[in-house]
Amino acid sequence: MIELHLILFFMIAAAIIAVEVKDLVSSVVAVGAVGIGLCMAFLVLKAPDLAIMQLVVEILSLIILIRATIRRDLPFSISGRWVFNTLATVSFIVVFLTLAYFALRSLPAFGNAAMKVSRFYIEDIMKTGSENVVSAIIVNFRAYDTLGEIAILFTAIVGVLAIARRVGYTKEKIDEPN
Amino acid sequence: MICIYMLCLALFLVGLYCVVRKRNLIKIIIGIGIMEYAVNLFFILGGYIRRGRSPIFAADQVIKNMVDPLSQAVVSTAIVIGLAFTLLLVAIAIRIYEKSGTFDITKINRLKG
Amino acid sequence: MSLTKEDRGMTLIVKTITRITFGFILLYGIYIALHGNIAPGGGFVGGVIIALSFIHIMLAFGKKRALKRMRSHRLRLMISIAALIFLYIVISGWHGSYSHIVIAICEMVIVGAGLFAIFAALVLMPKSDMASGVKK
Repeated sequence: MIELHLILFFMIAAAIIAVEVKDLVSSVVAVGAVGIGLCMAFLVLKAPDLAIMQLVVEILSLIILIRATIRRDLPFSISGRWVFNTLATVSFIVVFLTLAYFALRSLPAFGNAAMKVSRFYIEDIMKTGSENVVSAIIVNFRAYDTLGEIAILFTAIVGVLAIARRVGYTKEKIDEPN
Repeated sequence: MICIYMLCLALFLVGLYCVVRKRNLIKIIIGIGIMEYAVNLFFILGGYIRRGRSPIFAADQVIKNMVDPLSQAVVSTAIVIGLAFTLLLVAIAIRIYEKSGTFDITKINRLKG
Repeated sequence: MSLTKEDRGMTLIVKTITRITFGFILLYGIYIALHGNIAPGGGFVGGVIIALSFIHIMLAFGKKRALKRMRSHRLRLMISIAALIFLYIVISGWHGSYSHIVIAICEMVIVGAGLFAIFAALVLMPKSDMASGVKK
């Protein structure tokens, strides 16, 4: 799996660039690179549904993030207790990685998934009349999951429309049409 | 092969560092997005089977060696929720920028009124 | 009425190409949503592609042209009807052979109309209030 390692190194490098670069638009474009790397990793890991979904979602969120950051730049400001903050962050990362190393040894090794639950889904796949197992799980076996997902999306839409409305923001703007 | 899990965790830590240390609101949204990518990738890595095939049947064909379809279904739900979350955060960030004229989270309080 | 710079859209080349490719992108979104049970894809991906096609028109032609096709109350009506149909299917437990297609169509309508509504709201939002906010 050397290609997966290469893709992961590419993603980590792009993520570090996205975190550390000063220009906000460059940062958003670097996040787009991380998303495309994730799309390629999904293709290598045999998940074409998620690859399509990740690509499309990445394009949409990139457009909206660029819309949010264009012409609104902020000079990078860092002040005070630089040494203390860096030491705290590095020690936290070391502790986290050490604990994760001991925790990850109890997982099944990479490439040998247990598949205890999805065995039953694969056995019953012919009853649904669908040949894509992921799509069958989403819309047939776990339709309540999809209902909750759509409810969350619906709530987000209502929330954005409530935040973005004009009337009620300032009192003198009310007479403006729409 | 624990190495690849550790790389995935390193990606998560980059996002966590961004959320904890940076002061720009857009940078914080970006860090949350990177953490979300890492968690999605971790689910798919856990469901992979060596030399497995993608979970789509052709007509009248039985595939013995298939990667785990359940983790892919769960992650597809997670991607949708992440998109909704990002959109809501961007709307709130733009509104805060109009109100206070900056993205810096330490200066938002001072510029009130 | 004079159009401002953002309302006028992009150049003639972009407009001509957009006029040709808009229908194909819309058709591709519907195709992906309807063939979700035999190929990679599904209702969500189809909905996002449909929303991207309308965003494409909005970026190329300016705001007024795209909003003329998709009015705000019509968007809200479509989202609400699709959500009610989806809720009815899930609660009543309809498990026929066409249920996944109906679910995919409902999801496509909700996601496409909702994401386009979000984008339109984010584009239309800050113009009038921006200046006063910065000057403070």
